[in-house]
Amino acid sequence: MDIFLQQIINGLVLGSIYALIALGYTMVYGVLGIINFAHGEVLMIGAMVSLSLLRLMLDLTSGLPTWLILLIVLPFTMAVCAGVSYAIERIAYRPLRNAPRLAPLISAIGMSILLQTIAMMIWSRNPMTYPQLLPSSPIDVWGSGATITGKEIVIIVVALMVMSGLLFLVEKTKLGRAMRATAENTQIAALMGVNPNRVISITFMLGGALAGLAGVMIASNYGNVHFYMGFIPGLKAFTAAVLGGIGNLQGAMLGGLLLGLIESLGAGYIGELTGGVFGSNYQDIFAFLVLILVLVFRPTGLLGEKVSDRA
Amino acid sequence: MLKVIAFNRLSQTAYLCLGLLALILLPWLVGFTGGNYWVRVLDFALLYIVLALGLNVVVGFAGLLDLGYIAFYALGAYSFALLASPHLPQQFESVAAVFPEGMHFSPWMVAVFSIILAALFGIILGLPTLQLRGDYLAIVTLGFGEIIRIFMNNLDRPLNLTNGPKGITAIDPIQFLGISFAKPLDLGFVQIPGLYLVFYLFLLLAIAVAIICTHLQNSRIGRAWVAIREDEIAAKAMGINTRNMKLLAFAIGASFAGVAGVLFSAFQGFVSPESFTLWESIVILAMVVLGGIGHIPGVILGAVVLAVFPEVLRAIVQPLQNVIFGHVLIDAEVIRQLIYGLALILIMLYRPGGIWQKSGTK
Repeated sequence: MDIFLQQIINGLVLGSIYALIALGYTMVYGVLGIINFAHGEVLMIGAMVSLSLLRLMLDLTSGLPTWLILLIVLPFTMAVCAGVSYAIERIAYRPLRNAPRLAPLISAIGMSILLQTIAMMIWSRNPMTYPQLLPSSPIDVWGSGATITGKEIVIIVVALMVMSGLLFLVEKTKLGRAMRATAENTQIAALMGVNPNRVISITFMLGGALAGLAGVMIASNYGNVHFYMGFIPGLKAFTAAVLGGIGNLQGAMLGGLLLGLIESLGAGYIGELTGGVFGSNYQDIFAFLVLILVLVFRPTGLLGEKVSDRA
Repeated sequence: MLKVIAFNRLSQTAYLCLGLLALILLPWLVGFTGGNYWVRVLDFALLYIVLALGLNVVVGFAGLLDLGYIAFYALGAYSFALLASPHLPQQFESVAAVFPEGMHFSPWMVAVFSIILAALFGIILGLPTLQLRGDYLAIVTLGFGEIIRIFMNNLDRPLNLTNGPKGITAIDPIQFLGISFAKPLDLGFVQIPGLYLVFYLFLLLAIAVAIICTHLQNSRIGRAWVAIREDEIAAKAMGINTRNMKLLAFAIGASFAGVAGVLFSAFQGFVSPESFTLWESIVILAMVVLGGIGHIPGVILGAVVLAVFPEVLRAIVQPLQNVIFGHVLIDAEVIRQLIYGLALILIMLYRPGGIWQKSGTK
């Protein structure tokens, strides 16, 4: 039974990271009705920037507790990522808002390649190790044999806190109301005194900041960073957003957690279920299978509204 | 007046003949001045033309973004690799028993097979997604491309089907009318090297694909695609079966990639998952977009430019940096990637029709 519990824990860690990234997709989709293809790269930039900042801090200050260093580095990283995300919107999306549908998709792919290449030039072509600043010694969970590390607890807790903060922001504040109004109908929101461009920029920045946080989490969870690390998590988070119902915040959170669990349980049991024909190296396939199944059977996602005809 | 038309027609034919002659002489010219390496580059450029024209049917004609196009190419390449190499008979005794002299299917047979296979996969993939928004198709095709690559990478155990990341080697070379393209063809007065033969074959294929595409574009189907691309709801109202038309575009594009894949693996003699990454899909997309989305001559230009350009970059930029800085400061690969990224953005922002766009479109 401990394998089951262990996979649940792994799934929750993975899932809360996916949820953070999925929120970025879903928020942007909400206000603009487009899928931000370059979102995964923001995550990668977050991991890279935080690596540089961490190295700098570790060099400059000795003796500072590691959690404090992380706490100082995080806001900077998230700010940089918000800036990158803002730039993506300004360069690749805003000038093409009235262009044919294909145009922003292609410019976003260009942006994604550009960001990867820039990261490759600034940092490295090769994977780099990421300093371990949080306790990573396994703690036994209720004597069951399944383990969780301090790092993993922090990831889950921080993700949950940030997500509830975001929900509060969107549901209860004036800015959130403007965002919801823009999502509902940009033109009417503009008539009501909302500046849609400002709201769209802020939405991108919020999504970017969350992706930056997720990037730091992924980097500390796996212990290394590389310039193409944003691609697969980005793809999976997109799946999570679709699973939950794209455009819906709670949906993205639910979808992220579910996808994390599906993946981790799937990877844990696929070997047993298929008699060893497929191993855990097929882990990446689950997300795509989920995506295709959702699109076939419930294209609106678990909590979503109708999406098919917003062309 | 009549004379002018006759003259025009004559000069058109003359130009066509001159162009063909130039193309026939091209490998010799390139071979003498630059060596076989550059003829190889030309061969690949022709293959890329086929791929770009195929993707253009999907992206340019029907307006569907396919980011996993390379997966269909991979299907074709692996089909031939498995059916015309010693890999399967070596791995499975039962196969060896059926084919005591080894598996040597003809590339043309496999090409027909992979047209069907690729089109089938295209339809399977398109069915659930094509009735949804275009963005979904982009992501699902992207995911499909990754799935195919993951399978190629991992299907070396428990049964060794694809030989994993190491790939499949010793694939049969192309054979045409009993002529092997692996060795020079002796015509008595002149010997045509295999690389040149491959050039002519790929040229024929590229011309055939270009002609098919032109006819498709000017047909009822092509007009239906344009209608769907411009306004799907209006197209539906005009009685176009949008789902079937999109599926058709998807399947046709996929089958071109399938054929190109077969020829690729026969030409290389070796396939591995590394040739079929997402990056390759993006390169082909860049060819279509850069050249002139939906415009056949533009796409051909885009394919040639982007296929030859990295090689030129490699040949010029690295030595140039060596001369100026004493060492290679920025890798040609990095420069290429940078330019691709910038090109995709800038073209979309300032010249959405590509460098050689259709006259009459803005």
